[in-house]
Amino acid sequence: MAVTGRIHSVESFGASDGPGVRFLIFLQGCALRCQYCHNADTWRTCGGTERTADELLAQALRYRPYWGTEGGITVSGGEPLLQLPFLTDLFRKAKAAGVHTALDTAGQPFTREEPFFSRFCALMEATDLVLLDIKHIDPDAHRALTGRGNENILDLARCLDELGKPVWVRHVLVPGRTDDEGALRRLRACLDTLGNVERVEVLPYHTLGAFKWRALGLDYPLEGVQPPTPERVENARRLLGAV
Amino acid sequence: MKMQQQWQGFRGRLWKEEVNLRDFIQNNYTPYDGDEGFLAGPTEATVRLWDALQELQRQERAQGGVLDMETEVVSTLTAYGPGYLREDLKDLEQVVGLQTDKPLKRAFMPFGGIKMAEQSCQTYGYTPDPKLHQIFTEYHRTHNQAVFDAYTPEMKRARHNKIITGLPDTYGRGRIVGDYRRVALYGVDLLIGEKEKDLANCGCGAMYDDIIRQRDELAMQLDALRDMKRMAAAYGYDIGAPAANAKEAVQWLYFGYLAAIKTQNGAAMSVGRISTFLDIYLQRDLERGALTEAEAQELIDHLTMKFRMVKFARIPSYNQLFSGDPVWATLEVGGLGQDGRHMVTRTDFRFLHTLENMGPSPEPNLTVLYSERLPEAFRRYTAHISIATSSIQYENDDVMRPVWGDDYSICCCVSATQTGKEMQFFGARANLAKCLLYAINGGVDEKSGQQVGPEYRPITAEYLDYDEVMAKYDRMLDWLAGLYVNVLNLIQYMHDKYYYEAAEMALIDTDVRRTFATGIAGFSHVVDSLAAIKYAKVRVIRNAGGLAVDYETEGDFPRYGNDDDRADEIAVWLLQTFMTKLRKFHTYRNSEPTTSILTITSNVVYGKATGALPDGRRAGEPLSPGANPSYGAEQNGLLASLNSVAKLPYTWALDGISNTQTVNPGALGHDHEARVANLVRILDGYFAQGAHHLNVNVFGVEKLMDAMEHPEKEEYANFTIRVSGYAVKFIDLTREQQMDVIRRTCHGRL
Repeated sequence: MAVTGRIHSVESFGASDGPGVRFLIFLQGCALRCQYCHNADTWRTCGGTERTADELLAQALRYRPYWGTEGGITVSGGEPLLQLPFLTDLFRKAKAAGVHTALDTAGQPFTREEPFFSRFCALMEATDLVLLDIKHIDPDAHRALTGRGNENILDLARCLDELGKPVWVRHVLVPGRTDDEGALRRLRACLDTLGNVERVEVLPYHTLGAFKWRALGLDYPLEGVQPPTPERVENARRLLGAV
Repeated sequence: MKMQQQWQGFRGRLWKEEVNLRDFIQNNYTPYDGDEGFLAGPTEATVRLWDALQELQRQERAQGGVLDMETEVVSTLTAYGPGYLREDLKDLEQVVGLQTDKPLKRAFMPFGGIKMAEQSCQTYGYTPDPKLHQIFTEYHRTHNQAVFDAYTPEMKRARHNKIITGLPDTYGRGRIVGDYRRVALYGVDLLIGEKEKDLANCGCGAMYDDIIRQRDELAMQLDALRDMKRMAAAYGYDIGAPAANAKEAVQWLYFGYLAAIKTQNGAAMSVGRISTFLDIYLQRDLERGALTEAEAQELIDHLTMKFRMVKFARIPSYNQLFSGDPVWATLEVGGLGQDGRHMVTRTDFRFLHTLENMGPSPEPNLTVLYSERLPEAFRRYTAHISIATSSIQYENDDVMRPVWGDDYSICCCVSATQTGKEMQFFGARANLAKCLLYAINGGVDEKSGQQVGPEYRPITAEYLDYDEVMAKYDRMLDWLAGLYVNVLNLIQYMHDKYYYEAAEMALIDTDVRRTFATGIAGFSHVVDSLAAIKYAKVRVIRNAGGLAVDYETEGDFPRYGNDDDRADEIAVWLLQTFMTKLRKFHTYRNSEPTTSILTITSNVVYGKATGALPDGRRAGEPLSPGANPSYGAEQNGLLASLNSVAKLPYTWALDGISNTQTVNPGALGHDHEARVANLVRILDGYFAQGAHHLNVNVFGVEKLMDAMEHPEKEEYANFTIRVSGYAVKFIDLTREQQMDVIRRTCHGRL
């Protein structure tokens, strides 16, 4: 019996999650509770639609004419690493079809313990690019922001370096939460120790996901927080050496 | 023909022996593979003239949309002396010629219909000379009068209830593209000689209807050619001889076009495929050292400025159909030749560059004949222009070239026509969504309650049964197709008789191919409604008189626009079925029937006249434009929507399949460079699947809302957007249409 994944949704046109034009697959379920999450409806690990890798890949391949040489598929979430067996099945089949695979993760489930670690390494063999979201460099601030520490996430960054896996680091810039210049400098120092970071992206916080919190009956923790000004975004990009 | 000294340096043989523009172009053009680096900015003359024109456009807007109107002189080729953009700047104009004696002044054109000519004047506070009324009612019939006199009661009912809509019975049918290049290459004297030969060879002496008519039309064409020379002479030019250099080639070509727009106010007055042709002249002068790049660009800028000045007097009901004062001065760039070489020249870049030198503009309706095989640098430049101006459209050369060859033009929004070899009988559109309601209600109109269609048995069940609906819909479509074709036959006959396009036809081969262009409205709503009936449960809500007036749909159903074959197969079925039915009927002058899925902005007016539908669309709401999926139907993003539309086979809709999409800049990519690359990928992928057309807008919905609330802001004066089939200044749309544009899906998932 084929392993199925819990799929929150798909999007035929993604232009901001990896190189080129991409088919995006959002998996259901995440253990982080980021205050600025714009996909709060993907948190619950139950729910979503159960689908096989074959089905999803067949759907994705309908968009191959748009991918050119650089596009492909990106799996995001939710947190994709919560569904490792399914994800590995999907990426292996995608690679067999010659499709570029990108994993968009915040790294929360990562550990070097078994059985996770071997499974993770197997996934990496079928992964071309990791989009690693680093929410905050400081463990305490990370915990305050997301509900969890970041020690294992930073370890994931080191692990990917050891594996020689290309990584794009992404950092969401939230005024008053993640835009402290000292923290940005410390994040930069951490990234400078890695040899596999191809690109750093600063993603300005936006409020388009706030309605989902209300729809779920939750209080939106960033009520009243405005998106960062272009100057602040530029400043963060400079500090992080971002594109 | 005799060798002309103006042809020095041009290669090839066939085009010297017969009128053959394609042969001339193929033998002489220089493909350009480089990027936009060579382009020149506007000259001082261009800046001053463009400023002057913008000032006139401001005055025009301040006066409610019309700057000036003619009330005494009937427009003909020779009705006016010379006119200039501004008298004190006339020496700066590299290209001259106005429709009337003053810029932006609208001519009086009564041959299509005296009532419309008068009404358009009165709408803007002008009073036409009463003598004109007397002439065109007592002494001379007009197209409009003749059509209405000949209509059957059934035709009038169908028209009144808007199941057949937008008919060219109150406006010129347009869509005929004269081969204006001929004026430049051959000069008018040679063209007169060729038409005289045609007249001498027309018929064997036995005077049948068709021979008599052909001889009459040739005589009118010859008159028009002679008048064209007089028209140009008023500006001090002798266009009897071929153009000797680039400046003359541009001017001669424009005189040909000017002849068309002085005599016809057709719904679409397209310029045609002129870029590669003009490049041959520009290139020759550049190589001779007779022209600099700045001067070459100036010629193209000034010609383009003239296309931006074309105006027609139009009535309010026309403006509701085709909002924003469009003229469809459609002009193509790009494309490939049959020999495999691309036809991109430096002048293709120069035309696109006018949108940078003089800012965004709806006219001319710049159209890229697209193929993956066009040079990468050119495709990237077109994407860059789209992102910067939202002013251009794309059509798939790879699906059109096999049908129309490599010298076709676009004669309206999206419809191909062989340049100089073909004309089109344009014929508005049939509302297939309303027809579905007629099938359910036994031919009774859901709005008026009138028996419009045949009195077939209505559906009386509470829940709609797919097979029953399909059987009844099939019969009702038979009726509609037949009536529609015959309404058009009648209109085209009268148009030929009372409002013949002599100046345009004089620049087209005498032995002309004719297509008969029908159209479909309400496409996506029929598809989704049939899918709802097939896959969900649709309950009928009837009024006291038993007329079905609303529907309640229970359960999910697949919708067109999601790359879901269940719905998309219905879409293909609908197109093929209607086209097959149209083909059964005799079409006027043995023309070849085609159809389009194209509504222009008339989707709003048609929607108003259409009751509620089983797909959930409320009564009176706008129909989805062209072949676009319905509002709210697209659930899987831009490419899923494009894939659905790409499944419609172009060979079944040779008049065109219009699709308009708006992408938020942020969703298209992080920065301009990424946006350009991604837009090229979208176009490559869409057209590689056989899709026909795409309008691309790149802006956020916030900009539209702000422009709607603050039209007075300077930044919105030329803010141009693509709508179904053309481009328009957003602030010139009616509020209703602005709301409709805003409501449509803006692909912007972040």
